[in-house]
Amino acid sequence: MFDSSSIIVGLEIGTSKVCAVVGEMSAEGALNIVGLGQSKSRGVRKGEICDAPKAEEDIRNAIVEAEQMADVEIRSAYLSVTGGHVRGFNNRGVHPVVSADREISEDDVQDVIKNAKTINLPAQNHVIHAIRQHFLVDGQDGITNPVGMLGSRVEVDVHVVHGNLNRLQNAIRAVKSLQLEVDEIVFAGLASSLALLSNEQKELGALVVDIGGGTTEYVVYSDGVIKHVGVLAVGGDHVSNDLAYGLKVPLGRAEQLKIDHGSAFFDDSCKGEIIKLPNELGLPMKTISLENLRRIMVLRLEEIFQLIANDLEQAGLLDYLRAGVFLCGGGARIPQIPKLAEMVLQMPVTLGKANSISGLKSALDQPEFATAIGLVKFGSFQQRKRAGKPSLAEGIKSTFGQIFRRP
Amino acid sequence: MESAKSIRLKIFGVGNAGVKILEHIARNGAPGAELIAVNTETDSLNASSAAEKISLETKLTRGLGTGGDPERGRVAAEENSETLKNACNGADIVFVVTGLGGGAGTGISPFLSQMARDAGALVLAFGVTPFDCEGNCRQRQARQGFKDLKAAADGVICMPNQNLFRLMDENTSVMEMFERANELLAETIANVSRLITSKGLIELRFADLCGFLRERHSENQFATAEAAGATRSRDMMEKLLAHPFLDGGKTLAESDAVFVSLIGGPDLTMADINRVMEPINGKCGRAQVIMGAAIDEKFQERLAVTIIAARHVDAPTAKAAEESARGESPAAGPELNTQIHRAPTTRPNSRFVPPPPSMTPEQMEKFMGRQTPGATRARKSSNKMRQGTLPLEIVSKGRFDKSEPTIHKGEDLDIPTYIRRGVALN
Repeated sequence: MFDSSSIIVGLEIGTSKVCAVVGEMSAEGALNIVGLGQSKSRGVRKGEICDAPKAEEDIRNAIVEAEQMADVEIRSAYLSVTGGHVRGFNNRGVHPVVSADREISEDDVQDVIKNAKTINLPAQNHVIHAIRQHFLVDGQDGITNPVGMLGSRVEVDVHVVHGNLNRLQNAIRAVKSLQLEVDEIVFAGLASSLALLSNEQKELGALVVDIGGGTTEYVVYSDGVIKHVGVLAVGGDHVSNDLAYGLKVPLGRAEQLKIDHGSAFFDDSCKGEIIKLPNELGLPMKTISLENLRRIMVLRLEEIFQLIANDLEQAGLLDYLRAGVFLCGGGARIPQIPKLAEMVLQMPVTLGKANSISGLKSALDQPEFATAIGLVKFGSFQQRKRAGKPSLAEGIKSTFGQIFRRP
Repeated sequence: MESAKSIRLKIFGVGNAGVKILEHIARNGAPGAELIAVNTETDSLNASSAAEKISLETKLTRGLGTGGDPERGRVAAEENSETLKNACNGADIVFVVTGLGGGAGTGISPFLSQMARDAGALVLAFGVTPFDCEGNCRQRQARQGFKDLKAAADGVICMPNQNLFRLMDENTSVMEMFERANELLAETIANVSRLITSKGLIELRFADLCGFLRERHSENQFATAEAAGATRSRDMMEKLLAHPFLDGGKTLAESDAVFVSLIGGPDLTMADINRVMEPINGKCGRAQVIMGAAIDEKFQERLAVTIIAARHVDAPTAKAAEESARGESPAAGPELNTQIHRAPTTRPNSRFVPPPPSMTPEQMEKFMGRQTPGATRARKSSNKMRQGTLPLEIVSKGRFDKSEPTIHKGEDLDIPTYIRRGVALN
């Protein structure tokens, strides 16, 4: 019933869940979320596949569920990738304008972008994104489109996101083994930020923190472009693991305790409070101090934010985040986590909502689906670009023309 | 800066070794410091070129020295307490330089330190401990003297002579060896004194130095290096790392407090300081680093760096044994003496030596056995022995046990944060 080209699927193979979101793009270009499938993930640790057969099974379940809900057949998907190996850095390309009248032409722009993407990386590293930032003409900063301007030298900054090729390939192979095509791979943090941020917020400067099960990704926007990305291979799993270790309970129980009693803020009210854990017969078996539970959690979460804050401070970006911080991922569900983040990062923190897309309300409001929804959005940009291919000038002007892939 | 200028620094060389080191200091030149030689042997004093000489005459010694008995040294000092007191008067800072293990140095210097403190000065003692081969008697006396000194002075910097073997070929002549030891200490003292007396670029208060030394003065490693020319700051690091005492920086990593003194000419730049400090800070790891930089007019185009690395020795095994064994040893006298003197002073925190940990009877017996005269071999320098420690609790990483560890700046993030931060759960 749907033309397959207008169906866009985002697939996230996360540490705690595999999630597939189906979006439908109307002829006018409006995006609508029509299906959602998810399955508990068992073969992923810290954002990377460690048990391929199990991961494949989980992906299959999620895809089947999404297909049923959206009533479509899924053939290809945009796949999010993450892991501790993913890194980002800024690179600059330079190109002298040689034409006699010193007018910067389309070709000059193409050349300078090509130069910027020529990156000296070890062979095993693969560039996931080379995201264009601003152009400089004769040292003049902040130019978004230099075509038609006069100058003798044009430069461009790109933010390069790269990762280990083999480890990226693991996820792609798992998807391909299910007879699904991977349209493109997208860094998970980038996808989340696409789902959450409006153009205005990107312009003001914003930090998106996606606290997942095994990894925490963060992306910084400033002046409308991506300035910095990072991944910490620490997430909700670590919180559970800390609790299991500190409270001496099994991991599953720790997970449940985290969900039932966890909080990212520690105050005096929980002092001396005791949680009774019943055994399978319903009799009290073990008691746990709520204070300890909270303290372990708070320390871990505080550390995550602190590491991010340190990294941003080093990159000199902390003062440019005027729109504040947006949280997503399962970790954003922890009560009072915005308060903790506010305390560490010293700026307003809100829970991000994917609000620029219409569709399933249940999916859009959940912080843990931000990545998958963002993938669909990413896909829609790519498709729109492909549809309006004829002139490249248009492509650049398009809302998300910033994203260029290595040829 | 004016106040730094007006500090009156007196350097006492006590005992034969102390007087000799003083000689080296005088030769190197220590601007702004008054050098005073103190000894019981008239011969040694006569040979000294120090401005002021104090001969501690007693009937017991008759100018012939103490014969290696600290008790005699102490008695001599007590008899001449007025003279010593007068010598200390007016000083803001007193350095007591001595060789521990003999009679005069071991006996007099704690007493002298006490007098100087009573006269209102801050006291920093520099002690050289004997070579292992000098016999266990000297070693024991040195240790006792060290302990007394620690109780009496604000800070003690100790250089075990044994370390020199690392610096020099074993076949070096004895004379040369002692000469070198003295030279080394003299250099360090000169640099520290310069830091205090000359114009401070990055000022280091003397009290900081003493606070730094307090509680950790049992084992120090020194390194002094000088470099000149345009590339001095770069050369400096190579020289320091090549220094045998620093073991290419390994010592720095093991120590828990590092004191760095930098002295340069008026042309010393911040970049020079940075270039020297950066690698040092990098090497130090967990150690607390304090640094001071000073300007000396004579150091045009020259740079001198002194590093004192201190390691906290918790006095667990060997030292504790010493203390428990001391009950029987005749050297209990001076300790008692300092106890009495310590009563009226107002700064008690550096005075008290922690009580020896209790020992099981078996351990006791073992150590008593070592104290017998026959067992000299057992007395291998206690400060060289370091027992490796195992972590108290082996942290299992739970579900991340098998996965690739998440290392961030040397920290394994898979280990619960509260354990890494040492937060106690109640």
